[in-house]
Amino acid sequence: MDILLFGIAREIIGDQKLRLPGDHGIDTVMGLKTWLLNNYPQMGNLNSLAIAVDQEYAQDDLKIHEGQEIALIPPVSGG
Amino acid sequence: MDHGKIDRSGFSAAEQQRYDRHFLLPGFGEGAQRKLKNGCVLVIGAGGLGSPLLLYLAAAGVGQIGIVDFDEVDASNLHRQVIFDEAQIGESKVEAAKARLQGINPLINIVSYSQRLTSANAMEIITGYDVVADGSDNFATRYLVNDACVLAGKPNVYGSIFQFEGQVSVFNHRDEKGRYGPNYRDLFPSPPPSGLVPNCAETGVLGVLPGIIGSMQALEVIKILAGIGEVMSGRLWLFDALAFESRTIKIGKRADNPLNGEHPTIHRLIDYEAFCGVGQGSDIKGISVDEFQEMKRGEADFQLVDVREAQEYRRKNIGGFPIPLSRLEELHEQIAKDKKVIIHCESGARSATAIRTLAELYGYTNLYNLEGGIRAYLAAFPPVQS
Repeated sequence: MDILLFGIAREIIGDQKLRLPGDHGIDTVMGLKTWLLNNYPQMGNLNSLAIAVDQEYAQDDLKIHEGQEIALIPPVSGG
Repeated sequence: MDHGKIDRSGFSAAEQQRYDRHFLLPGFGEGAQRKLKNGCVLVIGAGGLGSPLLLYLAAAGVGQIGIVDFDEVDASNLHRQVIFDEAQIGESKVEAAKARLQGINPLINIVSYSQRLTSANAMEIITGYDVVADGSDNFATRYLVNDACVLAGKPNVYGSIFQFEGQVSVFNHRDEKGRYGPNYRDLFPSPPPSGLVPNCAETGVLGVLPGIIGSMQALEVIKILAGIGEVMSGRLWLFDALAFESRTIKIGKRADNPLNGEHPTIHRLIDYEAFCGVGQGSDIKGISVDEFQEMKRGEADFQLVDVREAQEYRRKNIGGFPIPLSRLEELHEQIAKDKKVIIHCESGARSATAIRTLAELYGYTNLYNLEGGIRAYLAAFPPVQS
């Protein structure tokens, strides 16, 4: 499963895309957020990360699967 | 071209000349131009986003433009803040911007607010405007602008940038059926930990990027005022300048939005610096609600202390030992010194005060401030409904 990265997530993970390991076992948006925070604690907190699945903002309980476009959109504040 | 049906009444000769290309534009014309002329827009921040916003709104003939900024023009602003001149370095930004805008279009009214937007003044300033455009540069102000717009029922034309990326949306937009669209808290319920996401001053920004994003905001302001097109409500536009790619993400409303969800808890503006953990960095140790949740699940022994007042505690609590801030000195001996102590209040401000007091008066070194307080905790971990 590939995750498109934006904003500070690119800096933290060091790439524009994150490929999850094959045995990740993630099947919901909440599962993905938890995995991200466990692996990259500097990402902040669950409620400050927006996840979009197939170009739609995804609630935590949404099921996700291989083949969807999943994007991690952290907040940005610059002006 | 046949100008027979055109009604230019109410426009001076100077206005008719100036706005001629808007008058000619099919689907725009005098009607839309009149709406711009009667429109009032408040631009928060005369910076990278504020520059194109202000320049295009003034040129387009928006009747009244308010500008809020407390800062002065600095040489390091000039690579992106194209509203300012070299000669204006050191001047008040709002006054420098006002002078430039009146030079571009003397037929409109510019109101300057040379002050920081705060919880104390935001409602009063915003109430007088039809549309708010957020070009601020920090999370505390972004939540403040969002909440004030929702409480005042104003659309919030949002733009934000980071290095080579930008975001645009229109929050709290009222559609023709009177329904309000999503707002910033539907997208980002809580701010990132203080200091995690650097601003332009810390991380740099490609100068042309705010020019693009701020121009998009100007476009949406004009569409809202003129009543044309599809407003960017319920959608977030992401722009990646390096890849020259953009994405439009559909966004919806959250049932747990504390402003206008099913059970609203915010009815007036709060302390946004405390909410965003600003000023808690240097001398006070913080713990995020997620770290705290992790701790609760773990083995380590700790004490949780709630410094809100008794009536707040009765209304809701998360099992903390109640030591109201007003009785802190009287009751401080009940706070442990031999293990981690997590101190919380409603949003993180009073607990910060309590930690400072306890450290100074009694030498505590084992205190951690729960960032965002009980409000952030319950938003992240709502109680399970039985």
